[in-house]
Amino acid sequence: MSDSENKKFINDVPLDIARFGLPGQYNISVKQDSDDIFEDSKVFVNIGPTHPAMHGAFRCMAKLNGEIIEKSYCEFGYTHRGKEKLGENRTYHQYVVYTDRLNYCSSLINNVTYAMAVERMMGIEVPERAIWIRMMCAEIARVIDHLICVGINAVDLGAFSYFLYGYHQREKAYTLIEKLCGARLTTSYTRIGGLMADAPDGWEKEVKEWVKETEAVIEEMDQLLTENRIWLKRTKDVAIFNKEQCLKYSFTGPNARAAGIDIDLRRDQPCMFYDKIDFDIPVAQVGDVFDRYFVRMEEMKQSLKMITQCADRIKKGPVWADDKRTRIPDKDVVYNTMEGLIHHFKFFMTGFKVPPGEAYTSFEAANGELGFYIISKGDSSAHRMRIRSPSFWHYQGLDPMIQGEFIADLVAALGSINVIAGELDR
Amino acid sequence: MDVNTPVPTIYGYFLEKFGALWDQQTEELKADFGEKIEAILKPGTDKTDLPIIFVSKNGFHNLLTVLKEKHGYSFLTDYTASDEETAPRFHLIVHLMNPENKARIRVKVKLNENETIATLIPIWPGANWAEREIFDMFGIQFEGHPDLRRILMDIRWEGHPLRKDYPLRGYQVFITPEPLDPELLK
Repeated sequence: MSDSENKKFINDVPLDIARFGLPGQYNISVKQDSDDIFEDSKVFVNIGPTHPAMHGAFRCMAKLNGEIIEKSYCEFGYTHRGKEKLGENRTYHQYVVYTDRLNYCSSLINNVTYAMAVERMMGIEVPERAIWIRMMCAEIARVIDHLICVGINAVDLGAFSYFLYGYHQREKAYTLIEKLCGARLTTSYTRIGGLMADAPDGWEKEVKEWVKETEAVIEEMDQLLTENRIWLKRTKDVAIFNKEQCLKYSFTGPNARAAGIDIDLRRDQPCMFYDKIDFDIPVAQVGDVFDRYFVRMEEMKQSLKMITQCADRIKKGPVWADDKRTRIPDKDVVYNTMEGLIHHFKFFMTGFKVPPGEAYTSFEAANGELGFYIISKGDSSAHRMRIRSPSFWHYQGLDPMIQGEFIADLVAALGSINVIAGELDR
Repeated sequence: MDVNTPVPTIYGYFLEKFGALWDQQTEELKADFGEKIEAILKPGTDKTDLPIIFVSKNGFHNLLTVLKEKHGYSFLTDYTASDEETAPRFHLIVHLMNPENKARIRVKVKLNENETIATLIPIWPGANWAEREIFDMFGIQFEGHPDLRRILMDIRWEGHPLRKDYPLRGYQVFITPEPLDPELLK
């Protein structure tokens, strides 16, 4: 780095000055008269990177005039792990575990989307049972993600018990996921061309019971908070992001639907069996914090309906596509035959090759459009693995969203767009 | 099946639904832009799921504006780049979507190393951070960008991680926290 660039930044000074600068640099004028203090004095507030209201490691600096945010800017990158670079240096099979850590609140959706992306490139069709299980997984993960979002949003605004109602059901859902794949949070459940393991006997029945309980709980949560007067005052007409702004800043998912953009990729780009089941898509009009909350609440109810429909239709059958390229050999074949052992070794050491081509596969994740754009040059790892994560575009919209709002509403706005650090930083 | 046999990538409903529309739109674009369009790859015949329009650098902004205003592709889904390691080194890749009928299209520009291109912020304000990310990861400079800083890596970082010649192992250690630029809040 050259000397001139060095001068631009404040280096080799005590930590707090390096972070916030010397008071003179920001023209902070503290007046003696307490009546004048809100007239033209500017206060700088730094929230994060580790702050309970930020839900992950990111940071927001705001310049305040009184209590009003005049200007702000957001920083992130504290959990950057270079996932796109890893995608170019790991085989397609090895990359499944990295997709868990994108949106870690709904890692099953990431698994499913990634598996779909590679299967499309290879022209593999997954058997029916695997697709139904994947759909159930995706919808369970969506419910978990929305419960976290609305719950924590309420906690930030002071409604703590509301969160605990949802948390209980969330724990039960994690137990269901644990029965599928042995892990609760970082699932890695899908494989290219199938699933890690079949669902255990009677799993669908347990899921249906959970759905019944959760429907009751969500009804209860709805009655507890949705028409609460304090909640309405804190959320109605707060941090409005209207339809035009949403289109400008590429908002997708519940945040866009809260502003009246009627796009849901489950209906508009039907993948898996979403065209065979019946569901509605909640759309709001204004695009404030309340609408984002309300759309998520209604979506949870729809997701629960969809889970029941999937559980009714699921039948016994294979969960692996009959394709030698991607099918992981069974253990008895590996241990008892030489060919099986060689196959196993080659599969895990060199991986399978994906034919050259490029494809952008997107799916409606809990936060919005999650897309995997894979460019393959015919190798066993991708030439370019681009992850289009919804949170990246949503967090960009936070700056214009909170202009002119109160500092206390920054927390409400941030909670309502549900930015997840793992997905944001990749 | 032989592992090396290329399998045609199938994107069933997309091609059936939008094939005719894409043909018509690409013909119109060819008539409008002439030589500025370098090549058009189409799903079905080429190995891609969406039509790819390769456009020259001077027609890039016009093409995107026409796609946005005339053909309804008003939603910027994704904006990224890739390092191709061939003579024009980088491809800038734009994914667009039409919010009405949900058709998608892909536009690419070839850029040499050290070549700059004008920013997309006047067309889509949301391109701001995407361009910062491309600058951070590939080192492509955008003219007219208001705040072209690194976004994911530390601002003192050297090298651009998603370039193919970037080393996979190694450390860059900073003992002080990432400094703030005081200009940003003025």
